[in-house]
Formats: sequence, C-alpha cells, structure tokens
Amino acid sequence: MIFNIDFETLPREALAAIQLKRLKATLERVYATVPFYKTKFDEAGFVPADIRSLSDLQKVPFTTKKDLRDNYPYGMFAVPMTNVVRIHASSGTTGSPTVVGYTARDIGTWAECMARALSAGGAGRRDIIHNAYGYGLFTGGLGVHYGAEKLGASVIPVSGGNTKRQIVIMKDFGPTILTATPSYTLHLAEVAKEMGVSFKDLKFKYGIFGAEPWSEHMRAELEETMNIKAVDIYGLSEVMGPGVAIECHEAQKGLHIFEDHFIPEIIDPATGDVLPYGETGELVFTSITKEAFPVIRYRTRDITSLSTEPCICGRTHIRMKRVSGRSDDMLIIRGVNVFPSQIESVLMKTEQVEPHYQLVVDRVDNLDTLTVKVEVSGSLFSDEIKVLQSLEAKLSHDIKEYLGVSARVKLVEPKSIARSEGKAVRVIDNRKI
Amino acid sequence: MRVTQISIFLENTGGRIAEATSILAEAGINIRAMSLADTTDFGVLRLIVSDVDKAEKALKDKGFTVGKTNVVAVQVEDKPGGLNNILKILAQAEINVEYIYALLKEGKNAVMIFRFDNTDNALCVLEANNIKIFSGEEVYAM
Repeated sequence: MIFNIDFETLPREALAAIQLKRLKATLERVYATVPFYKTKFDEAGFVPADIRSLSDLQKVPFTTKKDLRDNYPYGMFAVPMTNVVRIHASSGTTGSPTVVGYTARDIGTWAECMARALSAGGAGRRDIIHNAYGYGLFTGGLGVHYGAEKLGASVIPVSGGNTKRQIVIMKDFGPTILTATPSYTLHLAEVAKEMGVSFKDLKFKYGIFGAEPWSEHMRAELEETMNIKAVDIYGLSEVMGPGVAIECHEAQKGLHIFEDHFIPEIIDPATGDVLPYGETGELVFTSITKEAFPVIRYRTRDITSLSTEPCICGRTHIRMKRVSGRSDDMLIIRGVNVFPSQIESVLMKTEQVEPHYQLVVDRVDNLDTLTVKVEVSGSLFSDEIKVLQSLEAKLSHDIKEYLGVSARVKLVEPKSIARSEGKAVRVIDNRKI
Repeated sequence: MRVTQISIFLENTGGRIAEATSILAEAGINIRAMSLADTTDFGVLRLIVSDVDKAEKALKDKGFTVGKTNVVAVQVEDKPGGLNNILKILAQAEINVEYIYALLKEGKNAVMIFRFDNTDNALCVLEANNIKIFSGEEVYAM
C-alpha cells in the first residue's frame, strides 16, 4: 500500500516544481542562519538567488563529513536550541561523532517518511513490528519506531541485544514484520536454531533490513531462512536517519528516494562532476524540508546509481540501486578496488557457505594481503582434509576470477567471528600506511 | 559392518585439542582411537569413541563443528606384511583408501580403521577374502 498516495505518485514535473520551491527556501534559510554555509557560499561566489532551475544546484558547494565534524557539536544547526526537541549522534568510531538535531516538525517529517517506508516494505496497520534496530543515539531504533506508530502498526521496541529474549518475544508476541540489520538477523536465526525455534514457523511476512551494505545473495538467504520477503531500507543520520529511501516489496528492485524531502545526485567522487542517471558514483543529498539540521549537497560516500524508470508499484519517486559499498569502506588491495559486499556475493554463490565472514587486510613486505575468514558450518565440514582444502581453493579462485584480486581463504571454527548486535564488522585492516 | 567415526574441525590454535578432549572427559566418554590430520591453518580430529551420540551432542553443544563418517574396523595380523596383505587385496580390487589409522591390539592381531571412498565395495572385497571386520558395537566396547 502507498502511505501518502498524493506525494508518492506525483507526476515528475509536479515533483520538480515542489523540489525547486523547497530548495530555494532551504538555501536562503541556511545562508541566513548557518555561518558555515554563508562562508562557504560566499567563497564559492554563490548566492541563493542564483538558483533558477534544479540543475543550478550544481553551482552549490558540497558539504562533507569533515565539515560536520569541524562544527561539532551544534555549529550546523539552523534553528535556536529552544526549537530543537531531539538530538542524535553517529557512533564516532572513526573520529568525533556527528551530532544532528530535529525540531518537532522534523520529527513529524521523519515519521512520515518512515511510515511511507514501512508501508512500501509490506507493513500495514494490522502488523506487529519487531524493531531490533538499536534505540538510543543511533537513529535506527527511534526512527523506525515513530514511523511504525505513524503508520498505526503495533511496534515492539525491543532494540538490539538480549538475543535469547528476542527469540522468546518473536515466538510469543507473533510479530509479522522484522526491522533489523541483516547481520543481526542472521545472528538471531542462529540463536533461534540453537533454542530449537525455526524462523520459518514464526509469523514474519516481511523483513526490512538496512544500516549496512548487503548483497542479493544475502537477500536470498534471509528470505529462505525466514520464509519472508526482504527489502532494503536506506538512510543516514546526517540526512535524517532511516527512511530516506526504501525498496517497494512489489518490485524489490532499487530503493525509492522520497524526493519531495530529499534531492539526490550522483557525482564522480574524484572530480565532483554530476553524473547522468544510470551511472555509478557517489550519492549526494540535499534536504529540502528539514528545519534543525538541513544538509546541502552532503557527500554520503555511498556508491550507487539512480534510475527514473517507472516502477510497477506506482510510485514516481526515483530509485537508487542497492548501495554496493561506501567509498571509505572500499579496500584498495594491490591497486584493485574491493568492496566487502562483492566478496560476500562470491562466497554466498557457493552452496552451504555460511554468511559469517570477515576480511583481514595486512601488509607483508610492502605487499597487501587479503585473508577471507569463512566459518565452517556442519554441512560444509568433511572428515577429509582434501575436501576442505579444495573448498578453500575454490573460494580463492572464485574471488580472483570475479574481483581480480588474490585472496587467501581461511576456514575458521563456527562462531569464531564476533557476532554484532548492530552493524557487522566485516573488515579488519591491519595495514600501517 | 560399519563403525561410526566422529570428526571435529579445529583451527590451529593452542589448546584446541585439549578443549575437545576435556569435553569428552567431562561427558564420561572413552576415546578408543584417534588421528589428527592437519594443514597450516586447520586440522581435522577423527575419533572412535565409546558413545557416538553422546560425544556428538557434547561437542556440538560447546560449539564444535562435528561430522559423522562411516569407517571400517579391519583385523590386521600383527606380523611383517600383515597390513600389506590387506592393502594388496584392496589395490587389486581398485578400491581407494582415503586414510588409515590404528585402533588397538586385540590378542595376536591389530585392529585398524580404514576410510574408503566406496565403503560398500570395500566391505564386499574384504569379506570375500575372509578378512575379519568388527562391528560398531564391538569396536565401541573394546
């Protein structure tokens, strides 16, 4: 079902007119209220009045993660703190955290987008949503929560962690929709199995998975394990949180971006040039309705492409391809660009390989080495060494063939790779460069 | 006339074999025979135990990857050429041996564990040549 039929099915010309009006207002407001944007626009010789059409957005300077950090904590806020009703922050694992704020209206906008997203993912008023995204400073938990309430569904605010209790709740409360990271879902399935609970027997119909890159093969695995339809959801706290884009369950082919709130662009990450629709590059967002924390041409580092091809679900909003990786997650191994999700695809093509893997990158004698650790599950195991060795050799060969990079595949014991309750740690880079 | 062997996947890290054997000790399981095959990264520990199901459960509960395989316990004369006689018979019948390890000595004879690529054919050939084969029950209780 389409939650907001008026806005989600707008003819594209009408959508463009709304975008232009909202974009102009946003640029004028940040120029007047956020010193960072005023300085940046002035330096670039840009004034908001220069915007006459949507293509003029290209004249506006980019905003980067570093800009947000430099203005830590509240420097990018466009409203006084008295109007801010909520603060979230990114984990800050790779530097100081990024702090984002919301006005009451922003919270409403977010709930609207998230309600649309849940609805596109198969949820409705009658559904019970088991929300295993973390609640707290991370936007995942509360973002989904407000959307679920806006939609009128029943939400179980279970958050991440306490995995055994989650299984009991899934069994007893009968949730029909699961919202979680894909890696945590696999962990849930694993623990459920140990407890003698089959995910197939639970009442789940749809799973809405995101917050980390995942592959089509992982989708097949999740759909098979849980007997559900799995869709990809996208969002980032800097732009709003979850609910910036969602796959519709009808097509499961690309994520609709709620363009009446966010304008997406794809750029060449090296030159900053805007690329035409269909080409792969870095995703850039401009928010056009946010009050407390507007972002202007924010470089997400996520790699994808955009398509305006009409969708069978009836939504007219543009679709982005599943994110294939982040330009900062991208590993450069002996000059070859490698995304963890590509390795995942290769591994999961092989029957019986468990989706628990980790990439370890090192530098030995000035040469990059990639080791792919793969857990040996019951069905993969053999009492014959030669069978296990040929499996390692096959996986190495497949990685070399598909990705053009040599990797050493190392079979490891089950559960030896740490399980995450949020985003999976797929890469350990030991290189000291 | 098959014997069930259990095998365990082990990473080559210190103390892993001891962890497996201590689980078996706690479960009151006797190890009849064992062999360890290893590579630089990992090893496969193969065991003949007094209680297969109990051992499998105890190890699985502790998170080990456990496999079960059919192997054959063959009586081998304990004298020069004893093993060679059996291997010659198998070679003539074109039966491949994946691996062999010793179980124990039963009177004047030794008992050895054979893993074949085709267990049914191997059993036929051995029986046709009057080679003594032990049943699982006999081996677990030895």
